[in-house]
Parts: sequence; C-alpha cells; structure tokens
Amino acid sequence: MIGAAIAYGLSGNGARVLVLDGGDTDFRAAKANFGLVWVQGKGCGNPAYQRLSHEAAGLWPAFADQLTDETGIRLDYESKGGLNFCVGASELEARGARLTQWHREVPDLAPCTRMLDRGELEALLPGVRLGDNVSGASFGATDGHVNPLRLLAAMQKGLVQRGSVLLGNQPVDRIVPLSQGGFSVHAREQRYDAAQIIIAAGLGSSALGPMVGLDVPLRPQRGQLMVTERLAPLLPLPASGIRQTDEGTVMIGLTQEDVGFDISTTSAAAAQMSRHALQVLPDLARARLIRQWSCLRIMTPDGCPVYAESADYPGAWVALCHSGVTLASFHAGPLADCLRNARLDSRLNFFHHERFDVSSID
Amino acid sequence: MTRKYDLTIIGSGPAGMSAAIRASGLGLNVLVVDEQPAPGGQIWRAVEAVADTRTGELLGDEYRAGQDVAQAFRHCGAEYQPNTQVWQLEPGWHIYMSQAQKAEIVQADNVLLATGAQERPAPFPGWTLPGVMTVGAAQITLKVSHQIPTEPVWIAGSGPLVLLYMTQLLKAGGKIAGWLDTAPANSWRRGMPHFLAAMGSWRDMRKGYQWIKGLQAANVPIHRGVRQFSAEGEGRMTHLVYESSDGASHRVPARLLLVHEGVVPSIHMTRSLDCTHTWLPDQACLAPNVDSWGQTSQAGVFAAGDATGIGGARAALVRGEIAAIGVALRLGKINEQEADRLALPLRGKLAKELAIRPMLDAMYPPDQRVFQPSDDTIVCRCEELTAGDIRAAAKVGKPGPNQIKSLTRAGMGPCQGRQCGYTIAHILAAEQKCDVREVGFYRIRPPLKPLTLGELASLDIGDDLP
Amino acid sequence: MFHQLTDSGAQALTLTIDGERVTASPGETVASVLLRQESPVARSTPVHGNPRAPYCMMGVCFDCLATVDGVASTQTCLVAVRDGMTVERQHGKRSITA
Repeated sequence: MIGAAIAYGLSGNGARVLVLDGGDTDFRAAKANFGLVWVQGKGCGNPAYQRLSHEAAGLWPAFADQLTDETGIRLDYESKGGLNFCVGASELEARGARLTQWHREVPDLAPCTRMLDRGELEALLPGVRLGDNVSGASFGATDGHVNPLRLLAAMQKGLVQRGSVLLGNQPVDRIVPLSQGGFSVHAREQRYDAAQIIIAAGLGSSALGPMVGLDVPLRPQRGQLMVTERLAPLLPLPASGIRQTDEGTVMIGLTQEDVGFDISTTSAAAAQMSRHALQVLPDLARARLIRQWSCLRIMTPDGCPVYAESADYPGAWVALCHSGVTLASFHAGPLADCLRNARLDSRLNFFHHERFDVSSID
Repeated sequence: MTRKYDLTIIGSGPAGMSAAIRASGLGLNVLVVDEQPAPGGQIWRAVEAVADTRTGELLGDEYRAGQDVAQAFRHCGAEYQPNTQVWQLEPGWHIYMSQAQKAEIVQADNVLLATGAQERPAPFPGWTLPGVMTVGAAQITLKVSHQIPTEPVWIAGSGPLVLLYMTQLLKAGGKIAGWLDTAPANSWRRGMPHFLAAMGSWRDMRKGYQWIKGLQAANVPIHRGVRQFSAEGEGRMTHLVYESSDGASHRVPARLLLVHEGVVPSIHMTRSLDCTHTWLPDQACLAPNVDSWGQTSQAGVFAAGDATGIGGARAALVRGEIAAIGVALRLGKINEQEADRLALPLRGKLAKELAIRPMLDAMYPPDQRVFQPSDDTIVCRCEELTAGDIRAAAKVGKPGPNQIKSLTRAGMGPCQGRQCGYTIAHILAAEQKCDVREVGFYRIRPPLKPLTLGELASLDIGDDLP
Repeated sequence: MFHQLTDSGAQALTLTIDGERVTASPGETVASVLLRQESPVARSTPVHGNPRAPYCMMGVCFDCLATVDGVASTQTCLVAVRDGMTVERQHGKRSITA
C-alpha cells in the first residue's frame, strides 16, 4: 500500500520507478486493511501524527478523483463522516474524554468530532436498528472509507500507466550500497541498481533496513477480520469496527493481538467479534459469514509512521506505517514530492525513527 | 460441556462409514458428522430410502451395495450426526460445526476427512444459466427424488460417470438428444498401455464396454471432436450452440444441458489445515499427501476415500478401513504388529481396486479447453467474473492467485474457490508461461461453510480476548 | 426441467415456494423440488441480479441458495423437505432488516 502510493506519486513527474513486490503468499498488511480513511482519535499523544492524518484526509477527495480518472478503477470512496460506536454509558463518557484530550493537542485546528447520544445517533441513522446497549457514538466529520483492494489495484495500475514498472514475485533479500554511490538490490537471482531506494516492505523492513543503516524497531500485531455475504444497504456510515462496503458485504473487525508472525485465525476471535457486532447491529445475527482472515500490522513502538533517510547511506529511505489507506493520499502526494527532492519537509521531522533511540534522549 | 471423541469422521460416504464401522469395532469412541440428511455420500446418496425401489433397480447393483454398508454403519456403535456442517477445525483437534442454526464445538484426538470429491469445474460460455447442471447433479437428482429430465437432454463431457448416467437414464425411460463427447479421439488406444495393469478389473471394463454398446444400440446421437460449445438463453438456457469437427456451427433447442469433465478430490478442508498436497498432472488436480495409514502432514488428521484421490466406492471402503486402523494404532489401542496384520489384506485389496485407474485416467483426460476459457466465459460463478477479467488483472505485476483474488474478488464468494480455483490457476499459468503447479492456489480460510453471525456469537468462547 | 418417475401418493409432503403450494416426496431436497417447477431458479445473484438454479446438487457451488423457513442463503440441495416448509427465492442482495 505504501510502496504503490509512493511509486504512483513519484511517477507523476516522469521519474521511472521500479517497484519490487514480494511473493503471492507473503505477509501483506494491505490485504487486511479495513478500508477506513480515518482521522478521529489518530495519534493521541503524538500531535504530529494527528496533523498528518488531518492533512491526508483533506487530500483524499482529489487523490481519489485523480486515480479514478487515470485508471478507470472506481474506488468507492465516500467521505460522509465516520462513527465509533459506544456500548454502555461509561464507554461513551470515556470516548468523549479521550477525544477532548485529543483535540487539545492541536488547539489550532477546529474540532472535527462531536459526541452523539443515543437519540442523536438514531437521528443520524434513520432506519438502522441499533442494539439496546448502544449508548451513542463519536462522529468524525472528516472520516470516510474506501475499497482498500481497489485502491491498491488502482495505484498499481496507475504507476504502470505513468511509465514505471511493477515486478511481482521479486522478494528483495539483499541491498548492497555501492562504493560509487547508489545501491544494488537483489531479489531472487536478479539484481537491480538505483541511485535512490525506498524501503516500504512492511515487516520485511526489519531485515532490509539495517543493510543500509535504517534500523527501525518494528513488531507485528495481528488483526483478524471477517466479511459477510452481500446484503442490501443497512449501514450508511462506516464505523471503526464495522462498515458496509459498496458491494454490500459487511466487514467486521479487527483484533489487536501480539502473537508474533502467526497469521492463523481463531474461532474465539470470530465469536468475540460477532458478539461485538451484534451488540451494535443485532440484525446481523441473520447474516452469513463468508470469510475470516488476518494479517499483521506494522507497529512501530508508538504506532506512528516512520519516514527517514539513512544517515550513513544517503539515498536510502524507509517509509513505514500501519495506516496505509488513510495516508495513501499523503504518500502519493507530499511525501512523494519530498522523496523526489530527496528532502523531507521539516514538519515531518518527528517521524524519524531516532525518536525511538533511548540513548539519544537527554 | 464439550463432547470428546477418539475420532471424529467428517463425511458419511463409503470411506466414512467404513472407517466408523472398523474404528468402533476396535473400541474407539467415534462421532460421524455429515451435512446431508442421510448417509451414503454422493455415490450412495439416499441409498437407504431408494435401494429397494424401482429407481434403485435401475441405478444398479453398485449403487444398491451401499444399503448393507449403511445398515452396518447405523448399527456399529458410532455416534452419527447428519445435517451438520463443519465450518472450522483447529489444533487440539477442535471441530466447529453447526446443526439447525446452532453452533457447537467438539474435541477429538483424531479427525478423518472423508469428504469425497466434486466434479471438476468445467467453464464454458453460458454455464451459469439455469438449465445447465452437472451430470453428477442429475444423477443425485435421480437418487434423492426419482427424477429424470423431462425433455430429451443434451450432455457434454466424458468419463465413466457420463456413460453410467446415460445408461441409467435410458433405462428409466429418459431420452438423450445428443452427447458431445469431449474425450480426445482414440481413447481406447490411449488406454491400451495400461490395459495389462487394469486386467484385474476386467469386470469393470466389461461394464464400461457394455454401457458404450448400450448407447450405440439406443441410437444416442454421439458427436465427437466438437471444437467448442456454449449455452444460450435469456434468463434460462434455450439453445445449445456447438461447432462440430467439420467446422459447421449448430444451434439446437435445449433447455437442459448436463456437463462433466471428471471428478477431483475435495481439498477444501485439507488445504484449510495447511496439509501438504501434490499436483497430479494426469488429472490436473491436487491431492493431499498421506502416509500408508492415510495420515496427512498434520498429525492426527487423516484422509480417506476419494478425498485422497479418485478411486471409487470400493477403494474408498478399503481406505476408510485402513485409516481407522491407523487411528487405532496412533491411539495405542492396537500395536504396530496388530495394525499391520489387520491392514495386510486391505492393502492388497486396495491395489486391486485402484488397478484400473491409470487406464481410466489415460482414456478420459480432462478437456484442456476448460483450463483456457474464452474471455467472455464466467470463471468465478459467485462474483460473476470472466476469464477476460482475470487475464486483465494478471497483466499488472506477476500476481499469484491470492493477489488476483485481492484485485478482482475472484474466489471471495460463498464457494471460496471450489468452482474457480483451478481455472484461475490455469489462466495465470498460461499468462505467466509457467507450469500450473508453480502458480500456487488460493489460501483457504474459515468458515468452511457460511454460518450466521448469530450462530457464531452464541459460541461460548472468546470472552477472554482483549 | 425434471419430473418424477413415481408419484409419492399418500406420502406426499406439502411445502410452499414463494407462497405457492407444491408437493414433494419424503427424503428429497428442496433443490430437487425446485427442479420440477416451471422455473428451476432459486435466486438471482447479489452481484448483477442474474438468475441461478441448482447446478451441482451437492453443496459445492452455492447457486441453489434460498430462504428456507426464514433462514436465508440456505443451500437447498442439502436440506430435506419437511411438511409445511416455506421456501422463498432470494433476489439480489438480501435484506436482513425486514
């Protein structure tokens, strides 16, 4: 998701980019993306990330239009707001308090969320039968959703159409800095040389980064999610744990599990996710589950993105995050511009991974 | 209270029933579950109700032989739970299943997957129209409801099942408008090199020969060397269009077309468990790897019957029995000597039953055209995607089947690849100019059958998760 | 498309398909009953609304889905007919809020 977005953006100005993609069954966080283009609550305690999320959401409509114009692929992008359902009074209170604090961290930005009690929520969702214990929700006016798989397909098609190259089944196993500058990248038996490389390999970046002095601490976090059969419209707005896609399927998720590199699913999680979903939309009890799957999120120690150039090997960059969909517009736009100029804007300084380096704290 | 068993058998066809009988006889605590209302699998579908009827008579002795097995199964002491769909298996082994909208979990030290086979997906233009069914489906219809096609039926395909059904249909008074025989010419010549090996099955060969003679005697119009065919109609099939070997195009009225291009093991469950499989090039399908006792690469998971490779009912009975002995051995109910002693005669019998297979495989290879359907042919029935859609998506990067799934939604419908998996793999292999076994296959995820969220939520698990 | 070789006679069961009463034999499946109706169609697809009828009769194609006794998207080829059963064909994306 990140690599495709950056490559698409870079290709826009005539740069020829080679994207080396991994194998068919590699860990692909992009396949477990829920599809939310989300701002509310992002980066609590890290205002730079909150600002970044706002920025990305703002860029999304034009980004979506451009992608569809160029590739003909409909993204099913909608930005009518998003909800975080609360069950029980204390959950509603806690959510309100959290968002109040969150807004305080960027006092110059107008609040983009408001709390809804049960009555206001029902008014916002006419015809939707909510579970008895739903106490309300937080509504994020700048939130939305998109079809994440179509987004990826569009960016891949777009970068190719713009003159770049996408090679699948070329998992990179070695990057060697060249004495004359630049790097040689090795994948299977092939070798590719370039002046600039961007590592956007998700969890695979842990192995590749150190080869060029980019040592970013990462850990996998499993997210399990489920999808139902196609249904007639029943939920007009996306929510953080449940959204209805344009095809009519309802996606439910996600878990947050620390289980290492295990992408198996568990029926226990399926049962728990079902119970949560039914607390919000009890009518889903009749819906049939078609598939449950999981992927591994790329978690940095503070959950915020990392964008950095190697100090030892200029020209080698790393770009990592777990919100690849929301930030896609930013990755394809401002970040691609920065990379083209080989210089990150100062507002992105926070995202350097040196913030994790305990020894650098005075 | 979770029910616990030494062995849970999934599927009550020949292999499942045979395994249950032997396992119970060896003192194992056995549960058999099956999604159908009665035992018999597909080959002996509804045999208890039908064997003693006129329909049973015209279905023949091989079919009626299932009645004794079913009776022995009912009385063997194994617990039998019909109308039950298994939707997940997790190490332990925990078997998640549903019956009458109620989900439950059962624990078994060993699981035997006796899930049988399915007809090979054989796409062609118009195959999703009402009026197109498989030959197997028509035979099942005869078995469960004593029904035959009303109008003279068209049949396209090849293989023993095609010959058998046509014979049974004619016996029942049905009419055949025509048979598009898709087997390449000279099937007997192809079979000849394997003739000696198959000699022990001379009764089966004679039967097959008699079927063919019977069709000729009944003047069934047989069209060989057909170059292509399609089903046409608005909302339902009304015409069959085919191009005969001389290049002439024919358009005939047809409201029912039965198709068949062989049978392949049902690998959905074994794949979902990440059992290793081997590609069988002669039959262009995967089969799970099993040891001499039928155990897969997953400890405690066994497979038997057509699920391990197409062998027919008699071979399935034997494989089921061998697997039961293997389970008993694994549980320590019998020692290795005893197990070998019990299995010895069975192994010989199995070899005999399978002796005819190489000859049949050579005579009836799958029609290669089903692997490269035209661009306008639907290949993913659930999501209504065409071969052209897949080929277009395959042009960006070098995607495998799982990426194709992400890009197009192929394989994301309720059948989860049962009807499109092989076709997609073949299309990708052609696009990427590689062997189909290098392309890979869909990752299979739960639920193995779609259950409702209400059923899932009612399960008493998962409350301890963050 | 299909017809029965023998009459179920006194043993016949009755069920409704979209409100219309039809007879069935004990032991047969809902899908096999559909096959002898004027239209064998069980549903129209939720993707493009195309009609589908039972295809494999053994539970691996999912084209025979219909609502049986209020339970939607049921594989009718795996359900034995019960006297008094109600079957409703499904059209397109089905609603769960009705």
